[in-house]
Amino acid sequence: MNLTLKIWRQKNPKSKGQMVDYKVTEISEHMSFLEMMDVLNEQLISNGEEPVAFDHDCREGICGMCSMYINGEAHGPDRGITTCQLHMRMFKEGDTITIEPWRAAAFPVIKDLAVDRSAFDRIQHAGGYISVNTSGNTQDANAIPIAKEAADTAMDAATCIGCGACVATCKNSSAMLFVGAKVSQYALLPQGQVEAADRVRNMVAQMDLEGFGNCTNTGACEVECPKGISLDNIARMNRELMKASI
Amino acid sequence: MALDSKVPQGPIKDKWTTYKDKINLVNPANKRHIDVIVVGTGLAGGSASATLAELGYNVKAFAYQDSPRRAHSIAAQGGINAAKNYQGDGDSTYRLFYDTVKGGDYRSREANVYRLAEVSANIIDQCVAQGVPFARDYGGLLDNRSFGGVLVSRTFYAKGQTGQQLLLGAYSAMNRQIARGKIEMFNRHEMLDVVVVDGKARGIIARNLVTGEIERHSAHAVVIASGGYGNVYFLSTNAMGSNVTAAWKIHKKGAHFANPCYTQIHPTCIPRSGDYQSKLTLMSESLRNDGRIWVPKHLKDVEAIKAGTLKPTQLKEEDRDYYLERRYPAFGNLVPRDVASRAAKERCDAGYGVNATGEAVYLDFAASFVRYGKEQAKIHGITNASDAKIKELGQAIVKAKYGNLFQMYEKIVDENPYETPMMIYPAVHYTMGGVWVDYNLMTTIPGCYAIGEANFSDHGANRLGASALMQGLADGYFVLPYTIGDYLADDIRTGKISTETPEFEAAENEVQERIDFFVNNKGSNSVDYYHKKLGKIMWDKCGMSRNEEDLKTAIQEISDLRKDFWKNVNVPGEANEFNEQLAKAGRVADFLELGELFAKDALVREESAGGHFREEHQTAEGEAKRLKAFQFVSAWEYKGEPKDAILHKEALEYENIEVKERSYK
Repeated sequence: MNLTLKIWRQKNPKSKGQMVDYKVTEISEHMSFLEMMDVLNEQLISNGEEPVAFDHDCREGICGMCSMYINGEAHGPDRGITTCQLHMRMFKEGDTITIEPWRAAAFPVIKDLAVDRSAFDRIQHAGGYISVNTSGNTQDANAIPIAKEAADTAMDAATCIGCGACVATCKNSSAMLFVGAKVSQYALLPQGQVEAADRVRNMVAQMDLEGFGNCTNTGACEVECPKGISLDNIARMNRELMKASI
Repeated sequence: MALDSKVPQGPIKDKWTTYKDKINLVNPANKRHIDVIVVGTGLAGGSASATLAELGYNVKAFAYQDSPRRAHSIAAQGGINAAKNYQGDGDSTYRLFYDTVKGGDYRSREANVYRLAEVSANIIDQCVAQGVPFARDYGGLLDNRSFGGVLVSRTFYAKGQTGQQLLLGAYSAMNRQIARGKIEMFNRHEMLDVVVVDGKARGIIARNLVTGEIERHSAHAVVIASGGYGNVYFLSTNAMGSNVTAAWKIHKKGAHFANPCYTQIHPTCIPRSGDYQSKLTLMSESLRNDGRIWVPKHLKDVEAIKAGTLKPTQLKEEDRDYYLERRYPAFGNLVPRDVASRAAKERCDAGYGVNATGEAVYLDFAASFVRYGKEQAKIHGITNASDAKIKELGQAIVKAKYGNLFQMYEKIVDENPYETPMMIYPAVHYTMGGVWVDYNLMTTIPGCYAIGEANFSDHGANRLGASALMQGLADGYFVLPYTIGDYLADDIRTGKISTETPEFEAAENEVQERIDFFVNNKGSNSVDYYHKKLGKIMWDKCGMSRNEEDLKTAIQEISDLRKDFWKNVNVPGEANEFNEQLAKAGRVADFLELGELFAKDALVREESAGGHFREEHQTAEGEAKRLKAFQFVSAWEYKGEPKDAILHKEALEYENIEVKERSYK
């Protein structure tokens, strides 16, 4: 198929960006979205132009590196996927596709479609861990039975890939789904409960410091999350924060 | 220089314990004055960084990704082995050791593998303490599954995202140390050279991938944990950025590179669909627990399927060839990866491939839907359940086990694998070869270590499923932190290493010159043009089966391609900016050297072993034929061009395992 692409081009964090139009032809419906971008970039390189910078790595939906805002949706029109898993069969001949970077004050643009998500790392530094040394001298893994339901719910929360789609899609640029998922994973497991109060306080404080907005329960984050992280995690985080405050 | 593996004396069961009792230690006050650089933050690098920092060393960790959490260990799906024997099915440290050595086709170092098996149980304890949500049964205890090449259930898992959960565990341990200031994290940084001072690794030259700035970093030891080199094939299950650069740079500065030809072609990947394809996606080997692999028995049915007039689900049971179950009744669908891959290739080469390219076989779950469905019907007391009900109940179980993999498959292929069998074909996945290390995991450069997939030691010529995660974490959490102390004990009075020395300056200049060349060359072909050409040579001539003639041609072709690359490569943009093409040019330049050494290694190894199959050396039944004369590690010393590399042999001795014909029948 033949497509028109409107892509955000921005040389560096300081320069002013703009939307630029490109045409691509003979795109197969079986291509992934990023393979379509590869075609565009090869075309730009052979024309002596600069290719479009975008983040990507595993190309199988797990590393969380890819991050495009496509036709007004984080990771594009399909559900339960990252941009690298989006396939061109979701588009049709003659479509115009708008491609922008994640837009949030806490995620400044590095170049074109690549953004700086180090704010997420700093939230994790504030408490996204259990304070246990990696000496190998811990107790036997089966010493504490954990109810299957708790383990499964913790796993569901732990599948977050830290891509930032929740922030990008939220009108408040809130990071509550991301933080809620980490807080929940540990709060559901006996190993994590020891430091639960400090953890939630510190992570939320860092989240606020980074400039992420508040949650107004629109639920857009849950819809756009490639891993289907549930809003329940935000509720659980709020409960944990309440518990930690009294 | 003769290779000294430094394997401790004594019975294999006691080697590691005795060794630990006798090595030099660094006291906690002195550790504060010692710096360690770790390149790569996957399972090996992440766990090593965290543990070294906990011990008190000052760690500088480097990742080319924007966060340590994105290292490609994240994509490992199926699980991690550990000799816990929770299932009471006869597992033990010895059995895990035995299976790993046998699975590696008797080409790994016994003492290293035994140590790996020994510390495996600790890994599970450690990860549970870190909050890794492994799968559990209804009693609240840990669940296990089986992987290829073994007869016990020793694989721990977290749905189909085990690598992700283990990496996030290591990442969390890193975060705790980053918060304390014990790890200084350099994201979006790429190591472009190692700096050797007075014969010892004392630092690296790194490029800040955002600003393009070239930086000098010093340390008392350098740890390379940069993963494997599967991307030399262009198409692989590796991440787009996975590269050999860090490992290749240390090779060029004196670290021997071992067994480059041992590559794992994984049997269950989604088949390629076209020339535009940028990477291949793995479907976890764990699927072979419940999926049966088959192709049609008759060529007429193959044609009908390709023409779209016959659906695979319509084909009668007696018209299907479950070729793994037929050829290997004892292990069936759970034969090791090298065996399963070659068997798929054999059927497809014979014309039985089921998709348009002729390179696909079926992985079918229909039988397990029925098996699980009947069990569920019994559990829930449903008598006279209809076939549809049984299928529905069975599918729910399969979904709980592998739901994310089925979803991933459907998104890529646009077919529902609950309704029609998956199509799979082998793809490049893992490299058993890598930087040569001794028992301490030290390379032939003093003070320079290689851990995880980047080294060569534990998997021989073929890696068993769920063993990569085990090795990465074993090296990083439990082995390197001990062995590195023995070396660093001599450095307690050294003091900070200066970066203002001629050695750093020379290394930096070399890096800068190469970058300047790339951005100024303005040739006619893109970096990917060369990478794709290299990949095609590798896949066609150094792929699942190899022969003398092809390998000789490959060496010549790669050498010619490399010359052309250095003349005509086109790197757009500038040096001092975020420039992905520039970063990639450096990586492909190194692949173009490694690729030739790879082919040379494959040519010299005139036997078949594990993932290395030489057509000239096979049994009457087409199985790999190992030769006693090749019971050694090939460690290559750099001497300029790959063709000039010098071969050093480390003899492999098996005192605790009888070397036998590897049979899975």
